[in-house]
Amino acid sequence: MIQGVQIELISADRLTNLTTMEKIRTILDSVILGNIVVLEHGLTPDEQSMLVEVTMREIRPGGFSGIEMETYPGKEAESGGIFGRLFKGKKPRQGRMTVIGPAGQLKMLKIERDRLVAWASLTSGG
Amino acid sequence: MSMFTRAKKRLSKFFQNIFRRKRSRIGIYGPPNAGKTTLANRIVRDCSGDAIGPVSEIPHETRRARRREDVVITGANGNTLSLDIVDTPGVTTKIDYHEFLEYGLEQDEAISRAREATEGVAEAMHWLREDIHGVIYVMDSTLDPFMQVNIMMVGIIESRDLPVVIVANKTDLPDAAPSRIKSAFPQHPVISLSGLEGTNMEELYDMMTEHFR
Repeated sequence: MIQGVQIELISADRLTNLTTMEKIRTILDSVILGNIVVLEHGLTPDEQSMLVEVTMREIRPGGFSGIEMETYPGKEAESGGIFGRLFKGKKPRQGRMTVIGPAGQLKMLKIERDRLVAWASLTSGG
Repeated sequence: MSMFTRAKKRLSKFFQNIFRRKRSRIGIYGPPNAGKTTLANRIVRDCSGDAIGPVSEIPHETRRARRREDVVITGANGNTLSLDIVDTPGVTTKIDYHEFLEYGLEQDEAISRAREATEGVAEAMHWLREDIHGVIYVMDSTLDPFMQVNIMMVGIIESRDLPVVIVANKTDLPDAAPSRIKSAFPQHPVISLSGLEGTNMEELYDMMTEHFR
């Protein structure tokens, strides 16, 4: 039997039409099953905060132990720039492409401004 | 008590309630084992001679947010400020009880610690969204500042427009490189210090009295 990791790519269009809790449930339900989720555009800071909170409530000893989440910083992280300061608060800052997977199964090998290199294990704790 | 005295007292209370300045609640945030409780203890001890909670090398020693009210900070510049200091559990996206077994904890104790730690992190995130007016964000200056949790937390703090002072902690360690934190977050004030040894705390107090006013 061929073994592998299921990768779910969620488009920006689909994400835009979901509420915060729908996005979080979509992500977590998939990650809890052992899948890796790739969001075409990331979550807002408030959504990330909610994701951490809900993730903590889903952790079970001996079972789901949380998530790995990475995004490349890109322009969004450069909030120290003059434009970032001038227009701060006009719209919620959205991260760029984000990879989320089960803790212990997804590891980031390289995180650069515009490039992520990830490694996924077939089993947890790898 | 005469009617006049009662009315005077009521009126005085009414005006006190209107004009009383609410103390700011300052949350001490950061990843596990960054030295948040050591720093919180140092601040509270310097300012009130007391401590806020126990510390340990085992991650997630702080599993409940702890608040110390009315801590009066005095900067070398002479400014003073009264704050509530909230020491919070280390923020992370994963908690595995097996990690605690490596520190010699029994399985039951490790599972119970993991359960409490998950509740603590959820609580800390909730405090940040609802009840915190400013943040001291603590990083271990021996580690890579570009950890996802740091990027995420600073993003959350910025999006809520909360004043933040970043602390590059553990400068007493030989591998400490606080300059990495300064270049990673140039948009925020960064203070290099050792919460354990209490070095450079005056600079932090100065910054707090300016930033959290």
